[in-house]
Amino acid sequence: MDGRSAFDEMGAAPGSPAYAAVRAWLDETPADYLQTRRAQAELFFRRIGITFAVYGDAQAAERLIPFDIIPRIISRAEWSLLERGLSQRVAALNAFLKDVYGGREILRAGLIPEELLLHNPQFCLGAVGRRPPYDIYTHVAGIDIVRTGPDTFYVLEDNVRTPSGVSYMLENRDVMMRLLPELFDRHRVAPVETYPELLYATLQSVAPPRCRGEPTVAVLTPGHHNSAYYEHSFLADKMGVELVEGSDLFVREDILYMRTTEGPMRIDVLYRRVDDAFLDPLVFRPDSALGVPGIMSAYATGNLAIANAVGTGIADDKAIYSYMPEIVRFYTGEAPLLENVPTWRCREPEALAYVLAHLNELVVKEVDGSGGYGMLIGPHASRAELDAFADRLKADPARFIAQPTLALSTCPTLVEEGVAPRHVDLRPFVLTGRHGTRIVPGGLTRVALTPGSLVVNSSQGGGTKDTWVLDD
Amino acid sequence: MLSRTAGDLFWTGRYVERADFVSRLMDATLRLAALPSSYGGDIGAWSGALAAAGVAAAYSDRHPDLGERTALQFMSLDPDNPSSMRCCIERARQNARAVRTALTVEVWEAINAAWLDVQRFGTMLESRPALLRLVESVKAAALAFDGATHRTMLRDKSYWFLRLGAALERADNTARLLDVKYHLLLPRDEPVGGSLDYFQWTTILRTVSALTAYHHVYRDSVKPWLVADLLILNRRMPRSLAACMNDAVRYLDLLAQESGRRGPAQRAAVALSSRLAHGDMDAIFAAGLHEYIGDFLTENSRLAASVMSQYQF
Repeated sequence: MDGRSAFDEMGAAPGSPAYAAVRAWLDETPADYLQTRRAQAELFFRRIGITFAVYGDAQAAERLIPFDIIPRIISRAEWSLLERGLSQRVAALNAFLKDVYGGREILRAGLIPEELLLHNPQFCLGAVGRRPPYDIYTHVAGIDIVRTGPDTFYVLEDNVRTPSGVSYMLENRDVMMRLLPELFDRHRVAPVETYPELLYATLQSVAPPRCRGEPTVAVLTPGHHNSAYYEHSFLADKMGVELVEGSDLFVREDILYMRTTEGPMRIDVLYRRVDDAFLDPLVFRPDSALGVPGIMSAYATGNLAIANAVGTGIADDKAIYSYMPEIVRFYTGEAPLLENVPTWRCREPEALAYVLAHLNELVVKEVDGSGGYGMLIGPHASRAELDAFADRLKADPARFIAQPTLALSTCPTLVEEGVAPRHVDLRPFVLTGRHGTRIVPGGLTRVALTPGSLVVNSSQGGGTKDTWVLDD
Repeated sequence: MLSRTAGDLFWTGRYVERADFVSRLMDATLRLAALPSSYGGDIGAWSGALAAAGVAAAYSDRHPDLGERTALQFMSLDPDNPSSMRCCIERARQNARAVRTALTVEVWEAINAAWLDVQRFGTMLESRPALLRLVESVKAAALAFDGATHRTMLRDKSYWFLRLGAALERADNTARLLDVKYHLLLPRDEPVGGSLDYFQWTTILRTVSALTAYHHVYRDSVKPWLVADLLILNRRMPRSLAACMNDAVRYLDLLAQESGRRGPAQRAAVALSSRLAHGDMDAIFAAGLHEYIGDFLTENSRLAASVMSQYQF
């Protein structure tokens, strides 16, 4: 797949009306000006210290994610469609989670095979029968959207555990406003800067009902070696709450406290950026040094809200993903507004046979994978890689799903040679609190900087762009 | 405030202050070492500097011989010397990075920029001009850091822990400098202005950036007992022991007001500060300058330890 056959969002002149002003700007702006601005943007990011650690790369303990200064444009009409589709999908995901850990009506309706749910490693026994406040499980969801045509959007993945990237959405906008004020003169760009406030309000709204007074919120990070540490500290800072590590916390009589210079202080809502498995060594991994012994009993007793709730991983399992159209219909009673990418579940023998026969055309992913690790992109793989992957697939088919290689849309992107089309995706962030769903207009656009590449993950060398929702 | 946060802020303040002290110490020692040996310009200048930086033992563990180049390398960029300028900036930044949320963007940018700058020098000192650039860069970084904290930070616990760390480190640095050079500051019967030790005294003053201040305060030629007075008892001199303890008392008081609780740290600081406030140079000389400084260093470390235990970091 390459840029020529993919849908370009700006299009050949005159192209998309939403891109008209950007096109004019690109036409009249000298190439060296763009390169200068790009270099300045990089300098900004390095000075602010917005860095990202890539696992398995000791050299790059602190690496910058490449930033592209050409904004990605979404028209208001397109955004309205996305917004409705995202709200619907996240509502369905929350209802699904409540059901999975509660009455399991979806199993009785026969929509999903029982063993796929109950024997799934992502199914969390510790969450069964424990209702989080207001039955909200995924307070922060990052839904990955790809586009293949003027009106065709697909959901590629639902990230409902601890999705990251929102700090880039905010910092990208900030840097753009500093570097290219002239572009903002020509556009009415919907603001994204309210995100931290909305996040704070969302977190406060889900405090346990028995919490009296103003709820205390804290952000739990695995620490500064974590790849997303910058984002954790950024969000805590913008919300004005403490950024805590496991060692700062303790549980006494089923209440979670942080150690402060004034003595212990109670926490009501914990926005955790630590995976379930590491949360509580008494319940999950006993070797975890990142969590807090007893935190699950504080949660179970109703003294603590955890966002996102424990056990959400089942909803972003990629085999469950393939049932999302049925899940949306089942819980909302509506037809899904956003499409799913057709998915072969390799656990099913016919699907496996098809996938093995067409491996060089497909993308194959681990059901619980994320960040682009451990996936196969058939059209870009060598014979040897395909053979090796086929062996893994045959050894444990239930661990994999396969999808067609989508012709992801492209956007104009500044590269060494000048402005060229590069494939992009979009991760909007959906907040769900006691009073409903909020989505800031925009999201994180990730761009594959290598010509023809479809892999946008920052851990795989992808870059980011500022994403503009324009009022028509 | 999280106890860990308090600790990280305290150490950020300390490391920036130490980096600044080491840079000024190197600057002043380079001048002294460049003089003819009869004026004090010999290798002894460097052994004094290593002692004043508190790294004499660490140095001799690694290097059997004292040499100017080795000493310069050790104090500037050596990754194995925790008090090298490079390591101080690196640790200050590590601590600051762990408490990004307690700092303003400006403060963080100042410390991050300093780190990026120091990294450009690598781990091996290239040349003497490179050293001078490094010294200037670290001095400027400390000024930028202090300026950013002063101009942008809320006057709350974050600011007080940061400044408290700096005050205790600064007192420690001045006291160690005095401890190494005390023998040069004893009152003696010598013709004024005729002493070759003049350059030793001015080196001391330069290290605490007080050469000009000295003249403003005393309106007199440089006399060793007045240098001692300036660095120990004079509250107008920001690096004097009295001024540092005054600051420590103030920040600890503010912390106590905020929490409504006074503890061993507050009491220790008040005791140290009032001893300095009622001090008298003649009495100090009579009882022994060296002992006085030694006692102060011990008390100051105890004070730091009681801050750490009281606020649990």
